[in-house]
Amino acid sequence: MSTQLENPVEREFAEELSRSKGEPAWLTSLRGEAAELAGSLEWPKPEKTRIDRWNLTAFGQYGKPQALSAESELPEAAASLVAGAGALVVQRGSGTVLRRLPEELSAKGIIFTDLETAAAEHPELVQKYLFQAVKKDENKLTALHAALWNGGVFLYVPKDVEVDVPLQALFYNDNADVSFAPHILIVAERHSRVTYVDNALTIGGGADAVHHSVIEVFAEAGAKVDVATIHQLGSNVIDLTTRRAVLENDARIQWVIGDLNDGNVVSDTLSILKGNGSSSDAAVVSIGAGKQKMSLTTGAKHFGLNSDSNMVTRAVMKEEASAIINGVTKIEKGATKANGVQTEKVLMLSPKARGDANPILLIDEDDVTAGHAASVGQVNPEQVYYLMSRGVSKEEAQRLIIYGFLAPVVTEIPIDAVREQLQQLLERKLEA
Amino acid sequence: MATQFTIEGLKAEIEGKEILKGLSLSMKGGEIHAIMGPNGTGKSTLASALMGHPKYEVTGGSAELNGEDLLEMGVDERARAGLFLAMQYPSEISGVTNSDFLRSAINARREEGNEISLIKFIRQMEGKMKELEMNPEFAHRYLNEGFSGGEKKRNEILQMMLLDPKVVILDEIDSGLDIDALKIVAQGVNAMRADDRAFLIITHYQRLLNYIKPDFVHVMMQGRIVKSGGPELAERLEAEGYDWVKNELGIVDETVGQA
Ligand SMILES: Nc1ncnc2c1ncn2[C@@H]1O[C@H](COP(=O)(O)OP(=O)(O)OP(=O)(O)O)[C@@H](O)[C@H]1O
Ligand SMILES: [Mg+2]
Repeated sequence: MSTQLENPVEREFAEELSRSKGEPAWLTSLRGEAAELAGSLEWPKPEKTRIDRWNLTAFGQYGKPQALSAESELPEAAASLVAGAGALVVQRGSGTVLRRLPEELSAKGIIFTDLETAAAEHPELVQKYLFQAVKKDENKLTALHAALWNGGVFLYVPKDVEVDVPLQALFYNDNADVSFAPHILIVAERHSRVTYVDNALTIGGGADAVHHSVIEVFAEAGAKVDVATIHQLGSNVIDLTTRRAVLENDARIQWVIGDLNDGNVVSDTLSILKGNGSSSDAAVVSIGAGKQKMSLTTGAKHFGLNSDSNMVTRAVMKEEASAIINGVTKIEKGATKANGVQTEKVLMLSPKARGDANPILLIDEDDVTAGHAASVGQVNPEQVYYLMSRGVSKEEAQRLIIYGFLAPVVTEIPIDAVREQLQQLLERKLEA
Repeated sequence: MATQFTIEGLKAEIEGKEILKGLSLSMKGGEIHAIMGPNGTGKSTLASALMGHPKYEVTGGSAELNGEDLLEMGVDERARAGLFLAMQYPSEISGVTNSDFLRSAINARREEGNEISLIKFIRQMEGKMKELEMNPEFAHRYLNEGFSGGEKKRNEILQMMLLDPKVVILDEIDSGLDIDALKIVAQGVNAMRADDRAFLIITHYQRLLNYIKPDFVHVMMQGRIVKSGGPELAERLEAEGYDWVKNELGIVDETVGQA
C-alpha cells in the first residue's frame, strides 16, 4: 500500500499511516500531535541560509520496501559500505529491510533494531527518550519529522556493558518518490561504551526529494558514545539532519560527521553538556561541489562544571558550491571551569566557490576557558610552489595540500575502517 | 654525464621591478660556488627565478642544465631535471607529513608502477635523518609546521640528500643554525659532493665556507655578479666588508629594485 503525504501533513494522514503500519497507540497520537504542530510552526532559520527558497515539499510518500534476506542483495554502492559488519540495520526508502544483532551482543542485553520495531517491543524504554533531546515542537522540520519518520534505529546499551566493535546502520534510497526519514535513538546507560556508525545514501537520482533525519543520543553518567555518520545523498536530494546528544556526569561523546552530499544540506549537530565533567568532541568534514548550498552548524551547550567541548570543521568547496559554517559554543552561568574550543576552516578551490565561517562564543560564566579559530581561504600558491620545487606535479601538490587540510579531522577518526572509508569517499568527491 | 649549468644574461622582475639585470654564471659538476652580497642585492631572486617561482618573471637571458632549457620548464620539471633549491624561508604545510611528502617527491622521479617500496624509503630516510642528527619523530611531523628555524634548514638538507639533485642552490642555509647544527649541515653537504653535482651557496658569512670549501666566490650587487674570485675573496669580505668592492667598482647604492 502507499499513502500520499502532504506537506504540511494532515493530522489524519499521519495517524492513519501510523495505524496502518500497526504502530502502538502512543506513537500514533505522537505523530498526530506533531502533524498538527507542523501546520503552525515555522521552518528553522539557519544563519545566512534561506532554506525557505528550497523545494521543501518533496517529502515523498510512504512505500513499504521488500525485506532482504542477506546483504548480498544490496546494491553494490550500498553493500561496500557495510562489508564485514557484525550488528547491522539496513533501511531502504521508508522502511527497514534487514536487521542483525550477533548473539553475543544480545546476550549482554543490548538492543539494536529499527526504531519502529523497538517502539512496539520496548515501548517504555523508547517512550522515555524519543523526542526528548530534539523536541517535536521546535520547528516545522522537527514536527514534520516526528509525524513522518520511518525505519530508523534504536540502540540501547545497558549499564556497564562495553562493546568494542561498531554497530552499523545503512540508510539507502533508490526511489526518489518515497519518504526517506530515519530516526536514530541511542541510549547508553551508566558507564557503558558503544560505537555506532551509519551511512546514508541515495542511488540513481530522480525527482526532487527531501531526506530528513534525526539522531538523538542519551549518554548516562560515565557512558562513552562514538557516533560516526556519513551522508552522501544525491544532487536531487535536500538533506535536513539534526543531531543531538545529552550528556550526564562524566559522559562523553565523539561525533565524526561526513557531509559528502551532492545536494543542499542543513546539518545541525549539538551536544548538551548537562553533567559535570561531561565532554564532547565533534569533527565535521565536508566537500561541496556544483551549485550546492550547505549550512553546517556544530554546537556545544555547557551546563556542567568542568565540562569540555571541542569542535573542528573542515570544508573544501569546489566549483560554485557555498557553505555557511557555524560553530556555537554556549557556556551557561554556573558551568564553572568549562572549556570550549572550536575551529572552522574552509578551503575554496574555485573563484566561484563561497565559504563563510562564523565562530560564535556565548559565555555567561566568568571562570571558563574558550577559544575559537576560523579561516576561509584558497590553496596557497607559495605552498604549491614549495612542493613543486621538489618535483611533484601541480596536481599532486594541490592534492597533498587539500588532503593535508582535511587531515586534522580524518586522522582523528578512532575506527580504522571508518577512517579509510571516509578517506575513499573524500577522494571520490574531490577527484570527481 | 658531466654536469654543466650555465646562466647567461639572466634578467628577472617582480611586480614590474627589474631585480636581476643580466646575470651570468657557469658551473660544472664537482664545483662549489659561493655567492655573497649585501642585503637586497638579488641573491634570493636569482634562486627563485631559477626555480621558477610564479611571482618572478624572467624577461631575458637563459639558464641551461646539461643543454636543457630550464626556463621553458615548469617548477616541477626543473626539479626533476635535477635542480634543487634549499629555500631561505621554507613553507609550512599542515596535514602533510614530512615522510609522505618526501615519498611523493621521490616517486615523482620514478616511472608509474616503479614506485619506491615503503621499506626501502623508510630505511633511506631514517639513514639520512641519522646523519643529520634529526629526531626520528620529524618524519611524522607535518612538513615544516612549527619547526624551529634551524630544524627547517636541516629538513631542507634532508630533502636534498634524498632527492639526489645535479645542481643544488642553498639560500642562506646557515641562517638560524647553531654552531653544532652548522657543522652537521656542512657535513651533509660535503658528503653530497660529487663529480656530477654542482653547488651554489648563497651566504653572508665566511663561517659556513670554513666548513664547505668553495672553489669560486662571487659578489652580487645591483642584480648581477660584479666580482669573482677564489676562497680568499670571501675571507677578505668577512674581514673588510663590501665598501672596498663598491669603491673599486664605483658603486654607490648596491641594492636593486628600491627606487
Ligand atoms: N615579492 C616581492 N615583492 C616586492 N619586492 C620584492 C619581492 N621579492 C624581492 N623583492 C625585492 O627585490 C630585491 C632583492 O631581494 P632579494 O630577496 O633577492 O635580496 P637578497 O640579496 O636575497 O637579500 P638578503 O641578503 O636580505 O636575503 C629587494 O629590494 C626586495 O625588496
Ligand atoms: Mg635572500
